[in-house]
Amino acid sequence: MIAEAAAPARRSFVRVLFAAPATVVGACIVALVAACALLAPWLAPHDPNVQNLGLALRPPAWLAGGDGRYALGTDSLGRDIFSRMLWGARVAAIVGVCVVAIGGTLGIAVGLLAGYVGGAIDSIVSRIADMQLAFPLVLLAIAIVGVVGPGLWTIVATLGITSWVQYVRVVRAETLALRERDFVAAARATGASPARIVLRHILPNLTSTISVLATFEVARAIILESALSFLGLGVPPSIPSWGGMLADGRAYLDTAWWLGLFPGIAISTAVLGVNLLGDGLRDALDPRRIA
Amino acid sequence: MIAYVLRRLLGAVIVLAGVGTIVFVILHLTGDPAAVMMPPEATTAEIANFRHQHGFDRPLVVQFATFASAVVHGDFGMSLRHGEPALALALERVPASAELGLTALLLALIIAIPAGVVSALRRDSAIDLLARVAALVGQSMPVYWLGIMLILVFAVQLGWFPSGGGGGPNHLVLPALTLGLFSMAKIMRLTRAAMLDILGSDFLRTARAKGVGSMQLIWHHALRNAWIPIVTVVGIELGTLLSQAIITETIFSWPGIGRLAVQAIADRDYPVVEAIVILSASSFVALNLLVDLSYAALDPRIRYE
Repeated sequence: MIAEAAAPARRSFVRVLFAAPATVVGACIVALVAACALLAPWLAPHDPNVQNLGLALRPPAWLAGGDGRYALGTDSLGRDIFSRMLWGARVAAIVGVCVVAIGGTLGIAVGLLAGYVGGAIDSIVSRIADMQLAFPLVLLAIAIVGVVGPGLWTIVATLGITSWVQYVRVVRAETLALRERDFVAAARATGASPARIVLRHILPNLTSTISVLATFEVARAIILESALSFLGLGVPPSIPSWGGMLADGRAYLDTAWWLGLFPGIAISTAVLGVNLLGDGLRDALDPRRIA
Repeated sequence: MIAYVLRRLLGAVIVLAGVGTIVFVILHLTGDPAAVMMPPEATTAEIANFRHQHGFDRPLVVQFATFASAVVHGDFGMSLRHGEPALALALERVPASAELGLTALLLALIIAIPAGVVSALRRDSAIDLLARVAALVGQSMPVYWLGIMLILVFAVQLGWFPSGGGGGPNHLVLPALTLGLFSMAKIMRLTRAAMLDILGSDFLRTARAKGVGSMQLIWHHALRNAWIPIVTVVGIELGTLLSQAIITETIFSWPGIGRLAVQAIADRDYPVVEAIVILSASSFVALNLLVDLSYAALDPRIRYE
């Protein structure tokens, strides 16, 4: 019964969400990146790590000197740029999803705790959040990578754990407001435990805020990962990543511009897609705009 | 008001003490400066001597106590690499970074706020669409990639501007544009949203009905009410600008504090890293306080308790 009642409401939400053309474009881009990430081994025409120095720095196929087998050209080690870009989508997808999963879980849990319990816990959480916000994230990431050593999972953990603060601020503030509402007081009066109130009455009311925030956090994670890889602190060179490709390409700016152009377009497009989707989600979930 | 400021200052001291402790712990976990600073042919005795000289052979708790009491007196110790006081070394780089950061922010503001206002006034027009698409794309481009592309087009291909280094206004153009664009996109989108909210409000309709001229309506009635969200986002942007500056300064070899930070971390030059982190955390905390205090000036209804 409940499922049947909920179905029309959900369908109308989807309709509202995709009524905006920009959201459709965003969703298509995100789907494309996800498809590349999942199907990279089958889509890529070449092994992304096979080096062929005889074919190094070939321009894209449509330019003079280009090779039809290498659509977007080759890098300084003769690796196929198109294949590396497809595999790079994998790193971006892993980073985007895992960072948000870690940061979101941590941030939401701490935010609910601080907002609902308040008192000393709230003060301590707020102070720690202030400290982290005051600490330049790039320096923090450089330092952590320095301790643990570079690697995909180091980056995921670093970005995930440090992104908690984005969720805490929002979740805490909304929990503080919801705590005073009548339906929470009613639940308390019926003898619901604090855990039940938080999980069954407060958390569901935060879903729309959190889902919008999480979408934008995916974009932020992808940009930060590529920035760290660009600084040589991210994913090791054996794993093709967009930021790492850009870092490699930087040395060849004056002779082989395509090394720096294509991975950058990939990052920007992926982030644009996620941002468009986030905008659409926010507009569709905003009750003022649905009305 | 005074009680509010005092309470905030006390909070700031706690935050800075925490940041100082975290950076000390992280740095002392990252390994031994002797391994980086000493030449590879150094003997065990020489390394032990270096460690002893800088106190790295003492227990961590003792090192921390020494560090903390010195920092309270403004002394971060001597740079391991340059042999100069670490704080002075960091402060020396502040003007270059401030020049870059403020130019970037100014650039962002003088383009973003008028663009946001016009976009909101001419909602769904071609100008609005163009501004929104530009802002979305600007927000989606990684700062360092934009920097590389600007170098590629304006330095390598056209040769209009130098590709890096410090110097005259010519050197400032590309890095400031790189650093400013992301904030520009964000501020423009926010200005537009805030203006749209206000343009639909009752008091503005009343003002229009009373015959208030459109320029005065926008500047006096509408934009004044949009200042609070704009100032808030500018404060947040200044904070992220510090982080972004590290990347921008690295790309353009800008002689600022960000590049010094990257170099100091690579060298494990503890005193310099500590001085930089405390400096940037202090400026972040101070900026936030200023932003919060400016609310009362922007909106007389706000009172601090």
